[in-house]
Amino acid sequence: MPDWLIAALITLLKAVLVALGLLTAFAYMTLVERRLLARMQIRWGPNRVGPMGLLQPLADAIKSIFKEDLTVTLADKLVYTLAPILAIGMALTAFGGIPAGPAGSLFGADPWVYNLDAGLLALLALTSMGVYGIFLGGWASGSKYPMLGALRSSAQMISYELGMGLSVLGTLMLIGSTNFRVIVEWQRFEGWTILFQVFAFALFLISSFAEVNRTPFDLPEAEQEIVAGYLTEYSAIKWALFQMAEYVNMMTASALMATLFFGGYRGPVFLEGLIPGISGWPIIWLVVKIGFFLFLFIWVRATLPRFRYDQLMRLGWKLILPLALANTMLVAFYLAFLKPAGLGLWLMGLLSLAGLVGLLLLSDRVRGLWSAPAAPKVPAKATRPVGGD
Amino acid sequence: MLLVAVGIGVLAVIVSAILGPKKSSRAKLMPYESGNDPEGGVGTSQRFPVHFYLVAMLFIVFDIETAFFYPLAVAYQKLVPFAFFEALTFVLLLLVGYVYVLKKRVLEWA
Repeated sequence: MPDWLIAALITLLKAVLVALGLLTAFAYMTLVERRLLARMQIRWGPNRVGPMGLLQPLADAIKSIFKEDLTVTLADKLVYTLAPILAIGMALTAFGGIPAGPAGSLFGADPWVYNLDAGLLALLALTSMGVYGIFLGGWASGSKYPMLGALRSSAQMISYELGMGLSVLGTLMLIGSTNFRVIVEWQRFEGWTILFQVFAFALFLISSFAEVNRTPFDLPEAEQEIVAGYLTEYSAIKWALFQMAEYVNMMTASALMATLFFGGYRGPVFLEGLIPGISGWPIIWLVVKIGFFLFLFIWVRATLPRFRYDQLMRLGWKLILPLALANTMLVAFYLAFLKPAGLGLWLMGLLSLAGLVGLLLLSDRVRGLWSAPAAPKVPAKATRPVGGD
Repeated sequence: MLLVAVGIGVLAVIVSAILGPKKSSRAKLMPYESGNDPEGGVGTSQRFPVHFYLVAMLFIVFDIETAFFYPLAVAYQKLVPFAFFEALTFVLLLLVGYVYVLKKRVLEWA
């Protein structure tokens, strides 16, 4: 066989492995989420199907395959079917670019499916293609609630995409590359980016919570408000595919946070004293970090109430966006004037930390940005609708 | 990767379409409206607040700004300190637009 064919086959194999791995992870993630939520609310999660509920995801999967697949009368048949496929396709594809180890560490092969110089850009582009899946799904259902949910979710996702894109700019300025491998290797020598960019990380964390539609930003599927949003008319496997896309996006966001801010596939170097070589274990560290962020997603879901829609949009546009720009300019200022003056990266870390602490101290004041809507120009007449509430 | 990912989606839909039962009725295929018969405009025939449109337009503007910022960020360390003033000018120009939008109360959602 020619070399290119072997290389293509290996890539295909890795792609299949990553996709199947993500699907399995999604299935067990739902179980872990239900168990953890249960433990946080002092009850047991699913524990009947198999030992510790371990077969629950399998039962769910089989059930959703054997369910009837409905298409409501007014639905646009083609788009209605394609939307979940688009959503899951983009979600799975985005994950393939994350490196899980140094070159050649996966039994002689490279532990990533594709490695682009514009890796970060490609990943952001792919995740934002997910908006299409959700919006088209809602629109094609030909029904009211899905349409409302789709509008809300697309507005929310594009708003927070800005915050996401802008908050990583500082990191990129420090490192000078969008290639994930370069980013990870830079952190190996200079220290994890979180040390210098804790402010940007906070903004990025909030944006990615909103970007993957998780609480406290899960308005598109706010059950108590608009039924299930864009999912209302979906049943059986198509519903499961949307759900899958959401969880895979969560994993991608976690992997992105781990890679950009937490040293990617490398563990903390100070552990080297305990067991030599521990910080170099490929894949394991990445999985540990992803697991930590997934736990954070679940924890927050069990803790915080949902935002109202106008609060959500105001938070995104009035707080995240300007602060992300300010952070970018801060890093730019540091690199242009303070670094040539011989001041090390620790100063950048201090500045960033000061930004975060300042924001937390001012939190009571900035909360006014989203908690209380500004009074409307024309005061509304104090009349009550006839017929009561 | 894209092929595999989309392939999995297509496969799942096909398998489910083959294995699932198909017993539809008129009532079952009605759009959901909290148990009532659907009335008024449905789907796209409804009217929606112009706010969504405005947010989409703002997104386009600011996303292009982000797109311009990426090359600058990556090449930044080779261009300092000149690039700092360039970035500052760019951001200040944007801020003018941003403040205008703020003052026009586009981001209020009231």
